[in-house]
Amino acid sequence: MNGAVSRVLPVLAVLGAIVVLWYAGSVALNARLTLVTAERQGVELTLAQVVADTMVQDRPRLPAPHQVAVALWDGIVGEPPLSKRSLVYHGLMTLQSTATGFLMGVLVGILLAVGVVYSRVMDLSVMPWAVISQTIPIVALAPMIVVLSNSLGLGEAVGVENRLVSKTLIAAYLSFFPVLVGMVTGLRSPDAMQTDLLRTYSATGAQAFWTLRLPASVPYLFASLKVAVAAALVGAIVGELPTGAVEGLGARMLVASQFGQPLLMWASLFASAILAGGLILAVGGIERVALRRMGARE
Amino acid sequence: MTWVVGGIAGWLALWAVNVRLARTGAARRLVPALFGVAVLVLWEGLVRGLGVPQVILPAPSVIAGTIAGNLPLLWSDFVQTIVKGALSGYAIGCTAAVAVAVAIDRSPFLTRGLLPVGNFVAALPIVGVAPIMVTWFGFGWESKAAVVTAMVFFPVLVNMVAGLQAADTMQKDLMRTYAAGYWATLVKLRLPAALPFLFNGLKIATTLALIGAIVAEFFGSPTRGMGFRISTAVGSLALPMVWAQIAVAALAGTAFYGIVAAIEARVTFWHPSQRGRR
Repeated sequence: MNGAVSRVLPVLAVLGAIVVLWYAGSVALNARLTLVTAERQGVELTLAQVVADTMVQDRPRLPAPHQVAVALWDGIVGEPPLSKRSLVYHGLMTLQSTATGFLMGVLVGILLAVGVVYSRVMDLSVMPWAVISQTIPIVALAPMIVVLSNSLGLGEAVGVENRLVSKTLIAAYLSFFPVLVGMVTGLRSPDAMQTDLLRTYSATGAQAFWTLRLPASVPYLFASLKVAVAAALVGAIVGELPTGAVEGLGARMLVASQFGQPLLMWASLFASAILAGGLILAVGGIERVALRRMGARE
Repeated sequence: MTWVVGGIAGWLALWAVNVRLARTGAARRLVPALFGVAVLVLWEGLVRGLGVPQVILPAPSVIAGTIAGNLPLLWSDFVQTIVKGALSGYAIGCTAAVAVAVAIDRSPFLTRGLLPVGNFVAALPIVGVAPIMVTWFGFGWESKAAVVTAMVFFPVLVNMVAGLQAADTMQKDLMRTYAAGYWATLVKLRLPAALPFLFNGLKIATTLALIGAIVAEFFGSPTRGMGFRISTAVGSLALPMVWAQIAVAALAGTAFYGIVAAIEARVTFWHPSQRGRR
């Protein structure tokens, strides 16, 4: 109990400090609009009135936390989940391409890792390019993947809509790298004693893979899955931005920014934060179940 | 048809050379380079041989021609996006993160509170603040630098805070026996011990910086910049131009990462992960 309190209390303190700073910031940033409006109307405002007004503006430069909370609540609970104005709906759209891209990225990452571990040529030629691939700002590719998938009909080929292809591919692209790196480390983690033991059993290469290397790599895999799922979400959201997507949290942010609706923009931002948190927690939960099944102790 | 066959034959030949080279273990740099060349050869052969239209995938030679023909344009876009937007934001964000990390490190309470929050925020799609920053700071490079600052801050902060805890008790005790004060311990022991962690964060931040600067331009920019050029070039189906920008971005990203990694190798030469490389 005491341990839990000493862990939670500092986090709460930091979060509290952030909220206080945020309120201060929104007063500071929004005060100018209040003062200008008051001057135009020829009204003298007291300090309390100014502060109160900065919290209730329709188009604040920085909305106060409770305004964002209200907008978020309205977007999630206030609308029927399948309405186009509901953040749940847009969240699901983003989640769909995140999940597909994540699975693709994980699959590619694991396959490449197996290749790298078992083939020296692959190791020498793929690994440096995998590192370089991550230094390429992938979003630059997003508009072009849209053109490509539209003209080639990539979407029909794999059974998703063309509009979704680009964000799914970007999500996959961003998530394969952590998996590749983690799995290469994990597959190489059994030490010489363990591989020698299998050799004394005259185990084949495949047997060594399934009974030793693969199980040994699972903890590494999950550590990188948590990074990868966050990266996949970033990829999906970023993929929505330049591609003229109409659905998804990224598209919602873009629309809100173009039509000057800061509350909606902040609500979408926080909705994506909640989604990210949920995904990481979900992977963490699967990790705990899987590791317990495999006999790990906490 | 000859182009397709040529491309595939070239790929196979280079791959065979690589298999040879890998067996001798002679060339750690040559193998990846040849692999890159093999991919380009295959790409060129397939695009030419199968008659892939340029709006779908231009051949590498066409892209190279576009780069050579538009050097001044590419340079001005590069300066606008990478030098003004990404690098200034990177510098501000990393400096601020290190300063905050050193400041909160004095309070274990704050450190314990900030680490989980920072870890969580570092995983968030912070690039979403791009439209907000554009409304705050306008269309110029300042808003791009602000986005980059926000993106690189938390990964660097989390790594730096973890790094400041890296010096172990024995080493700190040694400093105490020398009667070293807080600042002496910080400068002589804890900052150097934190460097491997810091560079880990700095390397992650290089990629984030480029992404942030380019994405922010999709939300509004002056009529130059790589993100601006890409979105307008896609609109007019000038695909070679898009690929030229991507090539520049890839080169810049790789060079940026390489420079940070090279500084790391120089500064943290004593660390086990660097010692093995010599």
